[in-house]
Amino acid sequence: MEEAPPLAVRCAGLVKRFEDVVAVAGLDLEVRSGECFGLLGPNGAGKTTTVEILEGLSAPDEGDVEVLGARWGRGADRALRARLGVQLQETLLAEKLTVRETVRLFRSFYARGRDADGVIGMVGLDEKRGARVGKLSGGQKQRLALACALVGDPELLFLDEPTTGLDPQARLKVWEIVAEFRSRGGTVLLTTHAMEEAERLCDRVAVMDHGRRIALGTPADLVASLGADQIVEIEADGELDGASLGRLPGVRSVSPRPRGFMLAVGDIGSGLPALLAEVGARGARLESLRTHQATLEDVFVHLTGRELRDV
Amino acid sequence: MSDRPHPLLELTRARVLEFLREPEAVFWVFVFPVLLALALGIAFRSRPAEVARAAVVSGSEAARETAERLGRAPDVEVRLLDLPEAEEALRKGRVDVVLEVSGASPPAALVTYRFDPTRPEGRAARLAVDDALQRAGGRADAVPTADRPETERGSRYIDFLIPGLVGLNLMGSGMWGIGFSVVVARTRKLLKRFAATPMRRSHYLLSFALSRLVFLALEVAAVVGFGWLAFGVAVRGSILDLSLVSLLGAAAFAGLGLLVAARPRTIEAVSGWMNFVMLPMWLLSGTFFSYERFPETLRPAIRALPLTALNDALRAVVNDGAALSDRWPEGLVLAVWTAASFALALRIFRWK
Ligand SMILES: Nc1ncnc2c1ncn2[C@@H]1O[C@H](COP(=O)(O)OP(=O)(O)OP(=O)(O)O)[C@@H](O)[C@H]1O
Ligand SMILES: [Mg+2]
Repeated sequence: MEEAPPLAVRCAGLVKRFEDVVAVAGLDLEVRSGECFGLLGPNGAGKTTTVEILEGLSAPDEGDVEVLGARWGRGADRALRARLGVQLQETLLAEKLTVRETVRLFRSFYARGRDADGVIGMVGLDEKRGARVGKLSGGQKQRLALACALVGDPELLFLDEPTTGLDPQARLKVWEIVAEFRSRGGTVLLTTHAMEEAERLCDRVAVMDHGRRIALGTPADLVASLGADQIVEIEADGELDGASLGRLPGVRSVSPRPRGFMLAVGDIGSGLPALLAEVGARGARLESLRTHQATLEDVFVHLTGRELRDV
Repeated sequence: MSDRPHPLLELTRARVLEFLREPEAVFWVFVFPVLLALALGIAFRSRPAEVARAAVVSGSEAARETAERLGRAPDVEVRLLDLPEAEEALRKGRVDVVLEVSGASPPAALVTYRFDPTRPEGRAARLAVDDALQRAGGRADAVPTADRPETERGSRYIDFLIPGLVGLNLMGSGMWGIGFSVVVARTRKLLKRFAATPMRRSHYLLSFALSRLVFLALEVAAVVGFGWLAFGVAVRGSILDLSLVSLLGAAAFAGLGLLVAARPRTIEAVSGWMNFVMLPMWLLSGTFFSYERFPETLRPAIRALPLTALNDALRAVVNDGAALSDRWPEGLVLAVWTAASFALALRIFRWK
C-alpha cells in the first residue's frame, strides 16, 4: 500500500460567523506537504477568513484545524509560528522605516532564518534597500511583504492574493520566488483571483463560494470535468432556448449569461455549425460569438453562473 | 544562529527611527514645552514691586487733596478720574481700587473704597491705599514691624513651574507618542502581521517603554536646561535623582499609554480616551498651581495620580534638593502604576 503524503494543513468542518454573515460554512481542506495549493473564489467567498484561521490569527466558531501536525492554542503557538511564513491580504508596513530595516526587524523575530539582504535581493528590491517603505510603489510593497514572509525560512507559506495589483513582470517575479521556495521543499497555500496564476503555480486548487468548497482537484482535472475543449460564448438578438442548445451535437453543457449563453463544447468541428444553424432556424440575429480553450475560469462560471471576480 | 539582533533591540530601534523621522512629534516633545515654559515664565515673572493702582473720583476739593496725599506714598500709583472713567478703569482692570471721597478735606473726609474683593489685586490695593491714607492722617503703628522681601531663587513661580512642565511633558509625550503609534499600527493591520510572527508580544509593548527612555534624557534636559538658562532655575538635588524620578515617571506613562491604546481601533477613539485620562491630571496634579487648593478630602486621591506623584517628586528634587529615597511614597505610586498598566495592557491588548 502506498503511504499517503503527510499533510501540512488539515481542517474539517470549519465554520466562522460574523455578526450576520457566515463567512465560512463548514469547510474541509487538506494541503499536502510540498505542494502548492490554491484557494479560488469570488470576493467575499471566505478565502481570507479561512486563511487567517489557519494562520492562528482568529479562532473558528466550529471545526478542527491542524497545521504542520500542531494545533493552535495548545501552548506551543510561538514554536508553530516560527515555522510559518505569512503574507496578509492587506498589511501596510511602517512607512518611515526603510526596506532593509523592515526586513531586519522581521528577521529578528525568528531564531533561524534567512539573511535579510539575501531575501531582499530575491524579491528584486536590491535597488530599494535604503528607500522608505512609504515611498515604494504598490507592487514593490507587495514584494516587501513577501520578503518579510520568507525571511524566517518557513516550511509553510501562506500567501493571500500575492499578485493582485502587480504588473506582469512583477507577477512573474513572484511566481519565480514561489517556485524557488517550493524547490527547497516548502509548502504553499495561496489565494488568488487569477486563473492563469492558479494554473501555472498550483498542484491542486479548491474553488470556494459562500464559505463552501464547490470543487477540488488539479487545474487540469477541473477543466477536464467540463468535458469540453472549447468554450463558446454567444449573444444573439432574438429567442434562443437553453434546453434546445443543450441538445445540439457536441455541446456538453449550457449556462445562461446576462445577454446569451455559454456553451461547453466537446467537438467544435460539429458543434459550431450546428449552433449557427440553430440560430438561423430560430430567426435570431447573431451579435457576438467567441470561442476559447476551456480554463478554470469556465469551471467557475459553470459551477456558479458567475465570474470569479463578481461579488 | 545566534548572531541575529535581539528582537527587543530591533523593535526599539525601529520605534526610535520612526519617531525621529516624524518632524511633528519632535516638535511636540522638544520644542513645545520650551515655548510653554518661556510664555509662562514671562507672564508670571516676578514684578519688581507690586504697586497698588488707585483712581480717585474727581469733582471736589476733598478728592483732589486725597489724591495728592496718596501720591506721596511709594507703593501707590494714583490718578484723578471722573466717575464713569473711574468705573470703566476698574472694570477693565486698569486700576485695582476706586476711591469716592465725600465731605470736608482729609482727614475729615469720608472715603469709600470700591474694588473687587474676589481679586487678590483688589484686596491688596485697598489695604495699601488705606494704609497710606491712615498714615498720612497721622495714625501710628501699635506694633513695630519690619519686612524682609523673599525674592530668592527657588521660591518663585517659575521655580514651581519648571518641574511641573517636565512632568507634564513626560505625560504628554509618553501617552500621545505611544497611543498614536499603536493605534496607527492597528488600523494598518501591522499589529496583526506582527501577531503572525513568533515575536513575543511583551517585547512589542516593552519596546515602547525602552524607546521612550532613549529620548527621556533629552526631553528632561530641554526643559530643565531652558529653565536654568532663561530663568536661573537651579536643580538643587542630584542629577542622578532627577534622572531616576524622570525614568519612573516615563515608565508609568508608557504603561498608561499602552493601556489606553490597548483596544481602540481608530485614532478618534484613542484621542478621546487619551484626553479623558489626561485631562483630570492636567487640572488636578499641580502642574500650574498647587493642588493644596483642592479640598482636603480630595487630596489623597489626587496624590495617587501618577502625574501628581511625578510632579511632587520632581519638585522635591529640583526645588528642595531632596533625594529620591526621601520620596519613596511617590516612587512607589509610580512603580505601581507602571507594573499594573503594563500587565493589564498585555492582557487586553487587541492585535487585530
Ligand atoms: N471582521 C469582519 N466582520 C464582519 N464581516 C466580515 C469580517 N471579515 C470578513 N467578513 C465577511 O465575511 C465574508 C468573507 O470575507 P473574506 O474576507 O474571507 O472574503 P475573501 O474570499 O477573502 O474575499 P476577497 O477576494 O475580496 O478578498 C464577507 O462577506 C465579509 O464581508
Ligand atoms: Mg480576501
